[in-house]
Amino acid sequence: MTLAAALSWDPVTDLLQMWSFPFMVNAFCAGTIVAVLAGVVGHFMVLRQQSFVGHTLSVIGFPGAAGAVGIGVAASYGYFAFCLGGALVIAALPRTGSGGYSEESAVTGMVQAFALACGFLFVARYKGFLNSITALLFGNFLGITTEQVALLGVVAAIALAVLVVIGRPLAFASIDPDVASARHVPVRALSVAFLVLLGAATAEASQITGTLLVFALLVMPAATAQALSARPVTALALTITIGLIVTWLGLSVAYYAPFPVGFFVTSFAFAGYVGAQMLRHARWQWRTSTTPARASTTRATP
Amino acid sequence: MTARSVVTLRNAAAERGGRRLWSGVDLTVTVGEFVAVLGPNGVGKSTLVQVVLGALPLAEGEVRVLDGPAGRANERIGYLPQRRSFDSSLRVRGRDIVRLGLDGHRWGLPLPEWLPGAAARRAAAARVEQVIHLVGASAYADRPVGELSGGEQQRLLIAQALASAPDLLLLDEPLDSLDLPNQAAIAALIAEISRVHRVAVMMVAHDINPVLPHLDTVVYLVPGGSRIGPPHQVITGAALSQLFGTPIEVLTASDGRLVVIGPPERCAVGAGWEP
Repeated sequence: MTLAAALSWDPVTDLLQMWSFPFMVNAFCAGTIVAVLAGVVGHFMVLRQQSFVGHTLSVIGFPGAAGAVGIGVAASYGYFAFCLGGALVIAALPRTGSGGYSEESAVTGMVQAFALACGFLFVARYKGFLNSITALLFGNFLGITTEQVALLGVVAAIALAVLVVIGRPLAFASIDPDVASARHVPVRALSVAFLVLLGAATAEASQITGTLLVFALLVMPAATAQALSARPVTALALTITIGLIVTWLGLSVAYYAPFPVGFFVTSFAFAGYVGAQMLRHARWQWRTSTTPARASTTRATP
Repeated sequence: MTARSVVTLRNAAAERGGRRLWSGVDLTVTVGEFVAVLGPNGVGKSTLVQVVLGALPLAEGEVRVLDGPAGRANERIGYLPQRRSFDSSLRVRGRDIVRLGLDGHRWGLPLPEWLPGAAARRAAAARVEQVIHLVGASAYADRPVGELSGGEQQRLLIAQALASAPDLLLLDEPLDSLDLPNQAAIAALIAEISRVHRVAVMMVAHDINPVLPHLDTVVYLVPGGSRIGPPHQVITGAALSQLFGTPIEVLTASDGRLVVIGPPERCAVGAGWEP
């Protein structure tokens, strides 16, 4: 991981120097694609309160990636095969209650543990082929090939196109499933479609941040943006912006620093979230201190 | 029949999980009529709402809604399901919740205002503004809905149900979980919408008193039977005693509120009943 590149402290020189390596250009392309897809899908995931499912899918991806590397295929294919497959399996599970898939926590917890154990077995079995287990668990941006970038781009383009078509009824079904269903919105089908999209986004994010840190791109930008704005369009735009900034910053810093990229992306995203919550709290305090009578006047409206 | 009928049930019976809930229901709801659906817990009041929405077929009899089979014209029905409230972490504006009632079922994404073809979208935004004003929610429509009180959320949800200019409002316990002043205010709002905008209202209620001054018709459901008519004919000791088959007394308090004494709180029918 360590490149020990020298920092000249001239931004232009440093950027040009960094991008003179094709693998860094690939890393930035892949990071950009992943940040956009994970941000948009994450926006809906936070809206639907399905973060736990997202985490499960990412853990399921780990044995997939480890197994793929073991049999001599790029980890990308393993991530996609297992995350998408896992999404379909979760979609096929019988649901309890109306709250979606969030309630089967015991089953999901067991599946997570088993998936991690399988991944560990695969890594141990094919030790000679793997540089490091940390690359799969905590992210690695070295050695992303042009084919992998193309694969990420195609999957992201398909997923985003599907989201453009189903976005509005999906939001309706997420916020208000009973009313949406009465208006003939196919709530169940949308729920399955979203799980597949979540699988795709998780598989993509895993390839930048690693299995255990997908939330850095999947949850943190969306949660930060929704803390800052309750307008759906603004929140979505903010999500993508935050995702891009933390990814680009993380990649740049990881290029010069001897620590993994996943740590930096996650730390920047977390700092953004804490900052947004502090800003929101400050705004709320300011609003309540300037208009103390507001609450009582709105309640009194006949 | 001079008044156009919005909902017609003929000799209707409903079952859930193989258990007969109610039967022999003959009901006609006309334009602008305010109907309350009452009955003990578990009798199938919400089931009646599902039947009118076309989500549950009748076990027996016939149902027609807005000149067609149930479920055919749901875009002309404003539906408010039974619920507690939105999660406090839901960071979506009240205005966006209302907007979903207008075009949330359409495919594609809503385009921003500045793109060409904005006239229809501006009309949609104006319609949302209009119903928000109608329910008196303008002061807080731009705040995240999770931060609002139960009464404020309920007003916005009524605005959502009204957004598509429905001919029928189906409200499942809209006054539940509200304090008394809010119950009275929401009941008056629903009555005004029904009267002024000629919208038929079918409202499932746990307590008749907040809506009593506004009601045209009461549907009182009990296991295996029903009584339908104006409130002063249905909510009487004699009528309810006959309906439940056990002595029931109806007292009128000095402020006009009715107190029903003696009905079973839950209707335990056979061994197969579960809450």
